[in-house]
Amino acid sequence: MPPDRARAIRRVTMIVTLLAVLSALAFMTVGVRGSWGFVLAHRGIRLAALVTVAYAIALSTVLFQTLTGNRILTPAVMGFDALFILLQTALVTTLGATATGALDPRLLFAAECLVMVGLSGLLFRLLFRGEGGNLPLVVLSGLLFGALFRSLSSFLQRIMDPNDFLVLQGRAFASFNVVDPTLIGVAALLALAATAIVLPRLSALDVLVLGRDRATGLGIDTTQLSATIFALVAVLVSASTTLVGPTTFFGLLVANLAYLMVPSARHADVLPVAIGLAVVTLVGGQMLLERVLGFGTALSIVIDFVGGVVFLFILFRTGRR
Amino acid sequence: MIEIDKISKRYGQTTVIDAVSLAIPRGGVVGIVGPNGAGKSTLLSIMSRLTKTDAGRVSIDGLDVTKAPGRELARRLSVMRQENHVAARLTVQDLVAFGRFPHNRGRPTREDTEQVATAISFVGLEAMADRFLDQLSGGQRQRAFVAMTLAQDADYALFDEPLNNLDIHHAVSMMRLFRRMGDQPGKTVVIVLHDLNVAAAYADRIIVMQDGRMVGDGPPANVINRRLLSEVFRVEGDVIDIDGRRVVSVAR
Ligand SMILES: Nc1ncnc2c1ncn2[C@@H]1O[C@H](COP(=O)(O)OP(=O)(O)OP(=O)(O)O)[C@@H](O)[C@H]1O
Ligand SMILES: [Mg+2]
Repeated sequence: MPPDRARAIRRVTMIVTLLAVLSALAFMTVGVRGSWGFVLAHRGIRLAALVTVAYAIALSTVLFQTLTGNRILTPAVMGFDALFILLQTALVTTLGATATGALDPRLLFAAECLVMVGLSGLLFRLLFRGEGGNLPLVVLSGLLFGALFRSLSSFLQRIMDPNDFLVLQGRAFASFNVVDPTLIGVAALLALAATAIVLPRLSALDVLVLGRDRATGLGIDTTQLSATIFALVAVLVSASTTLVGPTTFFGLLVANLAYLMVPSARHADVLPVAIGLAVVTLVGGQMLLERVLGFGTALSIVIDFVGGVVFLFILFRTGRR
Repeated sequence: MIEIDKISKRYGQTTVIDAVSLAIPRGGVVGIVGPNGAGKSTLLSIMSRLTKTDAGRVSIDGLDVTKAPGRELARRLSVMRQENHVAARLTVQDLVAFGRFPHNRGRPTREDTEQVATAISFVGLEAMADRFLDQLSGGQRQRAFVAMTLAQDADYALFDEPLNNLDIHHAVSMMRLFRRMGDQPGKTVVIVLHDLNVAAAYADRIIVMQDGRMVGDGPPANVINRRLLSEVFRVEGDVIDIDGRRVVSVAR
C-alpha cells in the first residue's frame, strides 16, 4: 500500500475514534443537574447500551454487505430486526405473559437468538439462492418480508391479551431513548464473542469481496465462511434489537459513510471506522438532540430520514450503472 | 496431472458437458478451442471446482477437487475466469496481492510483495499499480486479472480467454509469457482461446470442444486442419504451413 494511502486511513481512523470518545464524554457530562453520582450511573447504563448497539449494527451491516456483495442491503432493510420483534411477539402470544415473565430474560433471549440464526439462515438461502442473485428482486423481497414481519407483529399485538401486551411492551418496544437495561451485559458479551470469531476471518472476508468463485479459487471454503458469518450477523441483530428495537437505515448510513471515507477495501481498515461512526452518530446524535436542542425522541427519525435518502441515492446510482 | 474422468454437466434438459475424459500431465501449454457455447468455460470451472458436476470426477495430482482442502488446491491450481468484474474498489496492487492469499493467508511477507511486483511487471502494469481497477481500460484490467492468477504461482494455471480485449502487442507478449511459464519445470498452462492461429503458434497440445464433447486432441499439426474449420467452426478456409506452423486463412 502506498504510504499516503496508509496515512489517510490512519488519519480517518484517528479522527473518528476521537469524535467517538468526545461524543461519549459529552453524553455523560453535558447538562448534568443534581446528583452527579445518580446521573452518571443512569447515563452510564444508557451509554453502554448505545455503544453496544452501535458496535453490533456497524459490524453486522458491514459483514452482511460483504456476504451479499452489495451496499444497499442491510440486515435491517431485509427485515431481520422486524423478524426478531415478531419472534418476541409470537413467544409472548403463545406462552402467555405469566410464563414469559417467569423465565429468565437471558434464557429467553438465548432461545430467541438461536431461532433467529435458523430463520434468517432460511431467509438468506431463499433470497440468495443461485450465484449472485438478482439484486433488485432481492431488495424488493427483502422490503416485502420486512413489511410482512412488521404487520404480522402488529396483528398479533392487536389480538393478544392486554396483560400479555403489557409484558411485551416492556420487552419489544425499546428505542434509542428507552433502552432495555436487563440485557446490556449479555448483548455486549455476544458482540465481543462475535468479534473474537470474526477477527481471525478478516482477511478471508477481504478475499470474499472478489466474489464467491474467486474466493473459492483462492482456497476459501466460502460455504462455511458464509454460514458462520451469517449466524454472527443474526446474533448481532438480535442483540441490538433487544436493546433499542428496530433501526431501519442506521446501519446502511454508517457502513456507506465508512466505505466513502476509508480509501481501502480491507475489513481491518473499514470496520473500526464504521463502528466509530456508528458511536458518533448514535451517542453524539442522541446527546445533541436531547440535551442541546431539546428534541427528546427525534434521533431515530433523523437517522431514518438521512439513511433513507442515502438508501435511495445508492439505489438510483446502482440502478443507472 | 489433472485427471478428468467421464464428467457430465446438465442445465435442465440440456447437456453442456457430455462424458468428457481427459488427462493433462504436468508441463507445457494446452490450448482449448471450440465454438461459442461448446462448454469450454464450463469444463474449466468444473476442473477448478467452481461448478459441480452431475457425474464423474476431477483430480489434481491425485486430490479429488470436490473433497481436498481448498487451500491445498489453491496452491496447486489457479484459474482466471472469462468475466472479470469486481464490485469493490480495488487497486491493481490490491487485486494482484490477493493471488498470494493461499500462501500467506492475508499476512504478506517480503517475498509475497516481491512476487506481486513481479507479476505486475510481467503484464506491464508497473506504472498503474496504484490505480483503481475502474480507472483502467478493458485490456489493462484483463492484464491485472492475469497478473493476479500469475501471483498465485500454482502448478496448473487455467485461463479462460485471457486475450480478451488485448491489442496485438499485449496479446503476443502474454502468449510468450504463458509459453515461458509452460516451459518451466512442473508448470502447466491451460488456456481457452478463440484465435486458432494463436493456439497453433503457442500450444503444445490443442483440445477441441464441440457441443459438450471433446472432438479433437493432439498437437496443432494434427488438429488444425480444414475439417476442423468446416465441421466444428462451420467456416470454409485454408490451412497453410508457414515455417512449419499452421496458419488459418478463412474464406471471405
Ligand atoms: N448457468 C447456466 N445455466 C444454463 N445454461 C448454461 C449456464 N452456463 C452455461 N450454460 C450453457 O452451457 C453451454 C456451455 O457454456 P460455456 O460457457 O461453457 O461455453 P463456452 O464454450 O465457454 O462458450 P464461449 O466461447 O462463448 O465462452 C452454453 O450453451 C450455455 O448456454
Ligand atoms: Mg467461455
